Amino acid sequence: MIGPISPIQIVAILGSFGLLLIILDLVRKRRLAEEYCLLWIGVGVAFMAISVFRGLIERIAALLGIFYPPSAIFLIAIFFIVWLLLRFSLIVSDLAEKNRTLAQEIALLRLEVEGRNAGDARAGDAGGGQAAGGTGG
Amino acid sequence: MIVPAYNEEESLPGVLRELAAAAPEADILVVNDGSRDGTSRVARATGVLVADLPINLGIGGAMQTGYRYAQRKGYAVAVQVDADGQHDPRELPKILGPIAEGRAALVIGSRRLGSGGYRSSALRRFGTSVLSWIVSRLTGVRLGDTTSGFRAANRRVIEAYARFYPSDYPEVEALVYLHRQGLAVLEVPVSMRERRGGRSSITLRRAAYYMVKVPIASVIGALRGRETP
Repeated sequence: MIGPISPIQIVAILGSFGLLLIILDLVRKRRLAEEYCLLWIGVGVAFMAISVFRGLIERIAALLGIFYPPSAIFLIAIFFIVWLLLRFSLIVSDLAEKNRTLAQEIALLRLEVEGRNAGDARAGDAGGGQAAGGTGG
Repeated sequence: MIVPAYNEEESLPGVLRELAAAAPEADILVVNDGSRDGTSRVARATGVLVADLPINLGIGGAMQTGYRYAQRKGYAVAVQVDADGQHDPRELPKILGPIAEGRAALVIGSRRLGSGGYRSSALRRFGTSVLSWIVSRLTGVRLGDTTSGFRAANRRVIEAYARFYPSDYPEVEALVYLHRQGLAVLEVPVSMRERRGGRSSITLRRAAYYMVKVPIASVIGALRGRETP
């Protein structure tokens, strides 16, 4: 279904191609984790397919009962973007939680280490006396 | 005693001296929440325990650091006190009493019922009463001042808070959470003083955010049900 190529189609194809290149470059430089690379390559390929085969989007639109085919693109894009943002919010929340736990753990460990060092120093001064533990009411 | 502190070098030494004088048998832990000023230094100079968080976690994350410490070290009771000098350490027995008698798991020293010269703005009083109403609806317990940071907690609360402590303006949510865990909260009147130095972190915009976020978070907290460890 490749009819005469319109200027917008050229822009869309170049855009999709550019997106794919950027994704591949990011993965190559290890700046994008593999789990996201698959997702984004999928997006790039989908864009490419829609740009090259103009009939594709019309068919999808007809299938969904949408009269104006470009609306189908917007609809799909919006659903996809909302889903993606929700996913990213989940990932960010999870990371923030882990980050919080790690920071607390570091603070408590540092406190523990300082206490031991102080205890050792005192024990050394007293000629091998026992270091005091930190428990109490 | 847990004292969360963020950029409180001005008021902290005085507060710590007062606390030590009022409760010489207690261990004091300052949780320095990634302060940019000399909070950690001035706290260490007074000889108390200091846990330095490497990054700023906000009051919830700092508070939980204290509870995690108490949980690991096996403390039976933990008290949280604000670093700004608002709370009078001589009132400690008032919030510790009901814990010792087993009348409550968590005791809040409330400024609403208080006697001493603390007056707040009309807007703030309105906000406080809205929050009280929400907490009353959700938990069935009538509380006048749900945001006070002067609290005493028994071992079961220490364990619950070590497991989970809400973040981002946690005071009210932390109460709803306890209620869901089946732990009793009690309020006793204490007097409040003006803060000693530094600045309150409350601005109008933050207050507005607070009034939207806290009720929603509290309702969600109430829907969560009991979390088993």
